[in-house]
Amino acid sequence: MKAFATLLDRLVFTPSRNGKLTLLADYFRDTPDPDRGYGLAALAGALDLKSVKPAMLRELVLERMDPVLFQYSYDYVGDLAETISLVWDGTAKDTIDDDHQPRLGEVVVRMNSLGRTEVRSAVRDLLDRLDTSSRFAFLKLATGSLRIGVSARLAKQALSDMSGPGDNRKDVTEIETLWHGLSPPYEPLFAWLEGRAEKPALATPAIFHSVMLANPVEAGDLEKLDPLDYAAEWKWDGIRVQMSSYGGTKKLYSRSGDDITGAFPDIVEAINFEGVIDGELLVGGTDRSNSPTRTFSDLQQRLNRKSVTGRMLDEYPAFVRAYDLLFEGDMDIRARSFFERRDRLADVIERAPHDRFDLSQLVPFTTWEGLDRLRVAPPDPVIEGVMIKKKDSPYQAGRLKGPWFKWKRDPYNIDAVMLYAQRGHGKRSSYYSDFTFGVWAETPDGEELVPVGKAYFGFTDAELEVLDKFVRDNTIDRFGPVRAVRAEPGFGFVLEVAFEGINRSTRHKSGVAMRFPRIARLRQDKLPRDADRLSTLTAMLDAKTGPG
Amino acid sequence: MKPEALLHPTPAGLFCPIGRFHVDPVRPVERALITHGHSDHARAGHSKVLATRQTLDIMRIRYGEGFAGSEQAAAFGEEIDIEGVRVSFHPAGHVLGSAQIVIEKDGLRIVVSGDYKRGTDPTCEPFLPVACDVFITEATFGLPVFHHPNPKEEIAKLLTSLKQFPERSHLIGAYALGKAQRVIRLIRDCGYSEPIFIHGALARLCEYYTGEGIDLGDIRPATIEKSSPEAFRGAVVVGPPSAFQDRWARRFNEPLIAFASGWMMVRQRAKQGGVELPLVISDHCDWPELLSTIEEIGPSEVWVTHGREEALVRWCELKNIPARPLHLVGYEDEGD
Repeated sequence: MKAFATLLDRLVFTPSRNGKLTLLADYFRDTPDPDRGYGLAALAGALDLKSVKPAMLRELVLERMDPVLFQYSYDYVGDLAETISLVWDGTAKDTIDDDHQPRLGEVVVRMNSLGRTEVRSAVRDLLDRLDTSSRFAFLKLATGSLRIGVSARLAKQALSDMSGPGDNRKDVTEIETLWHGLSPPYEPLFAWLEGRAEKPALATPAIFHSVMLANPVEAGDLEKLDPLDYAAEWKWDGIRVQMSSYGGTKKLYSRSGDDITGAFPDIVEAINFEGVIDGELLVGGTDRSNSPTRTFSDLQQRLNRKSVTGRMLDEYPAFVRAYDLLFEGDMDIRARSFFERRDRLADVIERAPHDRFDLSQLVPFTTWEGLDRLRVAPPDPVIEGVMIKKKDSPYQAGRLKGPWFKWKRDPYNIDAVMLYAQRGHGKRSSYYSDFTFGVWAETPDGEELVPVGKAYFGFTDAELEVLDKFVRDNTIDRFGPVRAVRAEPGFGFVLEVAFEGINRSTRHKSGVAMRFPRIARLRQDKLPRDADRLSTLTAMLDAKTGPG
Repeated sequence: MKPEALLHPTPAGLFCPIGRFHVDPVRPVERALITHGHSDHARAGHSKVLATRQTLDIMRIRYGEGFAGSEQAAAFGEEIDIEGVRVSFHPAGHVLGSAQIVIEKDGLRIVVSGDYKRGTDPTCEPFLPVACDVFITEATFGLPVFHHPNPKEEIAKLLTSLKQFPERSHLIGAYALGKAQRVIRLIRDCGYSEPIFIHGALARLCEYYTGEGIDLGDIRPATIEKSSPEAFRGAVVVGPPSAFQDRWARRFNEPLIAFASGWMMVRQRAKQGGVELPLVISDHCDWPELLSTIEEIGPSEVWVTHGREEALVRWCELKNIPARPLHLVGYEDEGD
């Protein structure tokens, strides 16, 4: 438990991706089986631990402690698990010596073997035997919330790192291919990563397979390519999914490999084929129905849910617009050409239920200029650009430059005013590099700048120097790590903010939320009074959702 | 005599009306008795100052000659009479020269402990418990959440990080007086013998500690003008925490910010400060040490000066020890 606790402590405070990878790879290398496997499962969100309710933890701590002193402590710390880990009057001494404390694997097995009535005394006993940071790790696991900024993908990248360098290094896509066929504590996986055993065999292809990704079209990319070698499809504004069906097992995965089967029974139940299909998850009607494809905002109603109500299913019916076939039955056809895979996909989709599946249509074009004209004026508001795919390309996991491109409509742009700045992390910890920006809006107190978003990239290092200096020279207030800066009609800093899309939001006071906002340019040539108004943003919103 | 007649709080700090002196006054007074050299306790501009020789030296380093009208050095254990009040200084274990001040008259004894700790610290004399009627204690870490770990284990984290991230300069934030020197000494005791680079604000105090016989090993100024950022790859740099948020920190190679403080016990607090490697090393008592000190001394009354008074007063009530907060102002809650 100690090794995992130390890892969590470091990860919490390490903002950089590379730093996290180093910490994770070292942990996987140095920690024995089965502990590292359970640690991996916890990080990847694949650990099923009997959950402990906060009320029970509170009762346990109050068995030994004055409630007033506990309340003072909790008020100060603010997080229940952390408060309990710190105030717990246990017998274990803080130590870097791991030998006298329960191991992670032992804790997981023990917790999951308990009956309901035994949980309380088992938790009390564990809290006694663990030291402070291990107690914290245990409580975070037991209450089911790690929140340390590590994705499953990052953990797998670290596995790849630990297997190398050298000939033995396993690619992360290979690990991804195996991932969903394995379960904690992943001993065969580690044995293979360390070159001690053959690659684990998969029982079924109905697992997640790493997806093929496209590169954005950049200046000069297309001139070198012959349009006749490529096909184009509309790029719909939904989410990328993978459908896997084999031997009665039907699964729906997000593009990062999360199992979202439970949230989309309408789609999963309609699957009548065997194989693995890549496509776009959308809400509304298919091409073969008479109702339109609906917006990303509507799709959001169905996302991030574990289960779904009948009403949601009626109001926001989901479907998949298929664009690739990886497995036909149990036959891996990823090495075949895009056109061959597409022909086979067309047959599968033709036989599949028409209200839940359709085939992504090809966009005919002969020149890049012609495709560009179609791209900027698409026939449907839910289209966000075109995908360009090389006709003879195999399906290759990862983001290879060449076979697939995405060519989006130009991103949205507004001029906004810097309102607050916060220091960054790591390399940027001495710079004010996170900026909250606002636009003008009519408020009960007259025209005011209202915050509409936050951006922390898009600028160059030289531009960051300029931004940082402005913040330091024009701070008018401080709130903890945040500085408020001067922002008046005649004085302030105008930022050109680019973003990919805009949605209604009830969480933001302004009522809008941007997707991927970034600072496109510093507009020192403009004054805050020249910045955009909130109505510009709401108009973008209306334009987007209007026809849908 | 009631204890309040011998010593009571005033806006300038604790005041003894019979001896006509203040303890750690926060504004200039006629006669000041000073527990230790931290700037919120030791201020310049008093007419007469009584403190340990080392505290007087430290005040001179920080404020220059003429920091007081006149000065008098008190040796540990020496009894000094001020207008019929007997005072003496005893080690507090907080920083070099730090003392508790014992004030006695007509059989009534009050101990002003100043800031103190019970953990081992090779850079100063250990705390000496003195039996008394009234024990005046700080409560900087007076909450049950504070359990300071063994400082050597915290240094072990630093040494591990140096191995994991050998390209990054490790910047350790530590207050210029006491904490910085203790951290350097701890790093040495853990077997690290490479040069340690220090911020200019630490130079004279480190030199003073060395002169007092505390070996800090090879310490060098962290001046970039003379060397390239490459020279600080994987180096340990110690400086005041404020410097790391400043442009000063940009000179280092991918700086990794560590901070040595008791506050680092609480994760959110550490995270907010942009700290990547929190080192829980404190020059104050943690909660169990506060409690065991009160139990060991066994005073008939406890007064709490600054910090988180309410929890410590609550604990005393539960133990049937009369206790009250003094609500003194001017001492930094943040001080560690």
